[in-house]
Formats: sequence, structure tokens, C-alpha cells
Amino acid sequence: MVEETVIQPVQAIEKDHGSRLLYQMILIRRFEEKSAELYTKEKIRGFLHLYVGEEAVAVGVMQALSAEDNVLCTYREHGHALARGIDAGAIMAEMYGKVEGCSRGRGGSMHLFDAKKNFYGGNAIVGGHLGMAVGMALASKKQKKNNITCCFFGEGAAAEGEFHEAMNLAALWNAPVLFICENNLYAMGTAIRYSHSVVEIEKKGPAYGIETMAVDGMDILAVEKAAKEATGKIRTTGRPFLLVCNTYRFRAHSMFDAELYRNKSEVEEWKKRDPIPVLQQLLLHQNLINQNDIEVINKEVQEEVQKAVDFAETGTWEPVEELTKFVYSEKISEK
Amino acid sequence: MILTNWPGNNKTALCITLAVFKKMTDNNTIKLTYREAIKQAIREALQKDDRVFLMGEDVGRYGGAFAATKGLLQEFGPERIMDTPLSESGFVGAGIGAALGGMRPIVEVMTVNFSLLAMDQVVNNAATLLHMSGGQLNVPLVIRMSCGIGRQLAAQHSHSWEPLYAHIAGLKVLSAGTHEDARGMLLTALQDPDPVIIFEYNFLLNKEAEIPANAGAVNITKAKIRREGKDISIITYGAGVYKALDAAKELSILGIDAEVIDLRVLRPLDAATIFNSVKKTHRALLVEEAWSSVNVSSEISARITENIFYDLDAPVQRLGGVEVPVPYPKHLEDASVPQQTDIINKVKKMLQHA
Repeated sequence: MVEETVIQPVQAIEKDHGSRLLYQMILIRRFEEKSAELYTKEKIRGFLHLYVGEEAVAVGVMQALSAEDNVLCTYREHGHALARGIDAGAIMAEMYGKVEGCSRGRGGSMHLFDAKKNFYGGNAIVGGHLGMAVGMALASKKQKKNNITCCFFGEGAAAEGEFHEAMNLAALWNAPVLFICENNLYAMGTAIRYSHSVVEIEKKGPAYGIETMAVDGMDILAVEKAAKEATGKIRTTGRPFLLVCNTYRFRAHSMFDAELYRNKSEVEEWKKRDPIPVLQQLLLHQNLINQNDIEVINKEVQEEVQKAVDFAETGTWEPVEELTKFVYSEKISEK
Repeated sequence: MILTNWPGNNKTALCITLAVFKKMTDNNTIKLTYREAIKQAIREALQKDDRVFLMGEDVGRYGGAFAATKGLLQEFGPERIMDTPLSESGFVGAGIGAALGGMRPIVEVMTVNFSLLAMDQVVNNAATLLHMSGGQLNVPLVIRMSCGIGRQLAAQHSHSWEPLYAHIAGLKVLSAGTHEDARGMLLTALQDPDPVIIFEYNFLLNKEAEIPANAGAVNITKAKIRREGKDISIITYGAGVYKALDAAKELSILGIDAEVIDLRVLRPLDAATIFNSVKKTHRALLVEEAWSSVNVSSEISARITENIFYDLDAPVQRLGGVEVPVPYPKHLEDASVPQQTDIINKVKKMLQHA
């Protein structure tokens, strides 16, 4: 069965690069499985949205971004944060609500931030960060910086007015934004056919004069190639680009979701296209890695995840006396 | 009137138009309209800091819906005076993003009435990012909104949303009830690392007043005593300031010496100035145009009661907007917000009460 799903590489892949992609996707998968486990143990509270199944999108797109580029994500962003290179321990500590977290524990799972990595959330109002992405790109343009702003959002956000305003503004102002629509077919429990009159999200970009492409979001090499093509165009033209990555969420929307809205068989069907075994098979098939390499990767991932959990466990709670910190900056404007 | 292509210079004095020069008085003050004060502030901000730009609906080619930015596009160009489409949420969001990205945007929301379309951006992004990021991200954004009642614009165009914004932790909320503040608040707000909302008042646009010729940046943390008095503290902001000052003038003829406090800063409130005044006068009348329930006066009344109750000689009184969507006919519109005579009558009543 797995053999059937071996993809044809869209480009020659180097051993190290292939292994790195595989490592990152497995890291995200295991990190999130561990998060779900810790959620049931009440170590992690609040909302927890898992990215399981969609890893190829974040990891693939990140390959096309430089350290100077800005990244804005949704509340389903553990994968993006890890792929961006934010320390797994800082992310786990954030989900624990500890001071050592990447947002000092103030944000939790949905609000991972790391200014040094130009990672701007973790935004939990659907569509709310699209306008900000346009503004960040506008700021880069005004300051004649060459970085671009990459904004991830789901197909659910494409039904928000925010999406349409942001697309219009980005095109109007020639703002260098890479819009990544992670179309996982469900806005919480509402299937795309019930929320979009036109389900092909890629048809919405051209309406604003924005160059658009759709790609198989389960195929990491295809995502990487498409993202590099998109960023190449943005860097050359300064114009925005919409890349639709068609993907699927294997697990529930959040930890509170009974999944009444879809059949298990549908999920199982998509799982056959799981991006991790697919890439693994491809690399094995091409003799770029062997079983031993895979075992090493799995072992290293396990260690990294365990290290993250240990880091979070030993983290510290912010004193209640500091509750009102960060409402306003400490530098106060006095004349 | 404005000299276009005036060479970029950071001297405030050079911003002053020839027409304004002609109005300079012997006391080294200038007489100018509220509109001109707003424009001078924006020009000075643009001249002083390359990171500053203005964006909003019709701020450029149209010259501003209320002509407050007329000529600025010609002077500073389209990169710095950006006309936006009618996308309040989109461009307020873009302003937040631009602030995160190192710029110092001034976002103009044409009127406060349209600002609810951008409320999510203000509440969930501008006001929260510093906190949610654990102090990593600043949003040095200034949003200007015009507001006020009195031009028969009916219910949808006559909102007083100051209390709504004053409710939001993470914002600094300013109300420019005087020419001095219209001229100065923006400049200080642009120095602030946090998001600042500035309310401006349309009915003042054509009103002339004298301000110091070298007027510029003003403090944006303190309330201000606009008139000193000993008998009662009239505490107000925005549209109430000149009304209260006019009322105080009439009351003085009757031998009542009213102190007028202009709150100026609606969040965070400067409680000390309020308390000091009320401790002196022992009476407080709170005046504003916003609907009376859960408005700024409600908060101040509660704080006075909580903190200096035993200094009071009379119960705190409020004059606020009547709780009705503001109607179109002039006589009904006038009746829906406190007028000068209402203030006078209320003060007289409160003093008899003692």
C-alpha cells in the first residue's frame, strides 16, 4: 500500500536536505503527539490545535524563506514554529505556561512568538493577521528592505472579509506578501463546500490581480518547489503571491472536537497520503537513506521531544505580582 | 494657504503658514482653527521622522474628509500620504503590521462611526500583541478618529465611542478637546511604544483659538485643569471641554467658582488630578456626550466614591448622553447630549444641595 503512494520527486533531492525535511516533519508529528498526551494529563490546557497530517506545508514553505523574512501563522502553528527553528523546549514551555516559554507563557499554544526569528504568532482570530501581514510587507517596502512576509491561514479565513481586504491592499500597494492558504477542507467542522461558493481558493487570487498557484500540500517536495517559485517571483517583482496548499488534518480540530462532521473512512483515505511515510519511502526508494538512518532520526526526534518536555517541566511560573506586566511598555511617554 | 514644497525642516516655526503668521499676537501666541492645529501636527510629525506616514480614506487626493490633510499629499507624496480603500479592518491591520515592521504609522479612521469595522484589529491585535508575546513586540501605532455630535448626521454617524476604547487594556486613549491638544497630542503619541487612539472633534474644526506660537508636543499622561475654581469640579473631556469652560464663565457671574478638568487621557486615567481637585472643591459633576450607562463618567464616579468619598459635600452627579440613537432633527439632537445650560443648571442645583 505504501509502495503505491511513492511520489515522483519534482526535483532532484539531496541526501542531507531530504533527511532534514524528514526530520522536521517527524519532529512536528512526535512533538504534537506528545502535546496531545500532555493535554490529557492536564499539563497543557486551553485550546490545543494539532497540525498532524499537514506538516509538509509548514516544512516545505519554510525552505523558501530566509531568516530575515517575516512569518505570521494561525493558531495551529506548532509545526510552523518548529520548522522556523524555534527551540522545541521554548515552545513546550509556552504550552505549559512557563516563563521560559517563547512568549513567556503569556500566550500558550495559540500564541507562539519569537521576535528574533521574525515569527509573529500564533494569531487566533481567524483572518485577523492577514492585514498585519500586508502592513509588515509594506513596512519592509518603505524601508527598502528585501525581506518578504509570509502569511499562513486556512481556507476558513478565506471566507472572512479580512482575506479579501488584505488581498486587495497587498495587490494595490505591491506589498511583498506570500499568502499561504492551508486548505485542509474543514473550517472547524464545516466542510469547504458549505462555506465557499467557489471552493477553488486559487480562483480568488486572480480576482485581485494576484498571481496564484495551487499545489498538493501532502507532497513536501512539491510544496517546497512551489514556495521557492513563489518567493522568487515576489523577490523579483515585489508583488504578492497566493499559494494554495491542499492538505488534510488527520486529527480533530481541537481537543474538544468529537468529529461528527466527517467519516472515519475519509480520514483513513487521506492518511494513505501521509506526507511523512511518503517522503520516507521516496528517500528509501532513491537510496538516499536506509532503515538505519530512519532509526537514527526517530531516536534523535524522541530525544529532542523529551528534552523539550523536561525543559517545560523544570520551568518556572511567573509570580502573580507580575500579572499586569506587558500591558504597556515600561518606557512611559512623558513630555 | 499652505506653502507646498516647503523644504523639509524640523523647526516647528517653519511649519507655520503665512496666514497664521499674520494672526500672531503680541503675546507670542497664534490664533488658529482646530483643523489647522491638526494639520500642523501631522506636518510636523512627517517632517520630523521619516518613519511616519499617514494612511486612511480620502486623506490624500480628497484632502481629508474634513480638509484637515489638504495639501499634504502634494507636499509629502503618495508614499507618506496614502489613500486607502474602504477597508477599515484591512488598513488598521496594515497599520499594526507596519508598526511591527519598524514604521510609525498614523492611521486615520475617517470617523469613529466606521471604527467598529476595525474593532477586532484594535482589540485583538494592537492591544494584545505586547502582552501575548511576553513583551517582545511593540505596536507603536497612532489611530486618529474624528467624532462628535451636532451636525444632524443621525444615529449611525453620531456615535461617542470613547468609553468603548477606554475599556480596552493595552490601549492609550486620548481625547483632544482643545486646540492645544489637537496640535500637540499626536507628536507625543508617535513617540510612544504602545498603540494610541486619538479622538478629534468635528464640531471644533472651524473654531479658532489662541495657542502659543511655539506649541508642540504635549504630555499625554495627565489630565489638565483648564480653569481653576474652588466651588465644584466639572470633569469632562472632548466635546465637553469648551462647553464646560463657557458654563464656568457664566457661573462666575453668579458667583460660583467652578474648576474645569479636561481628562485628556481616558486610558490610563489620571486619577490623582481628579482626586486632588475634588478634595479641594468637595463636589464633582461629570460631563460627557457618550451614553450615560457604563461611560467614562461611570468609572470616574466609582473611583471618587471608592477613594475620596468622605471628601464629598454632595453626591457625584453625571450629565451624559440620553440613551437613544441620536436623532436627526436639530432640537432632538441638541436634547440628546448635555448642553451648556444643562451644566449650569446642574451646578446650581448641586451647590444648593450643600
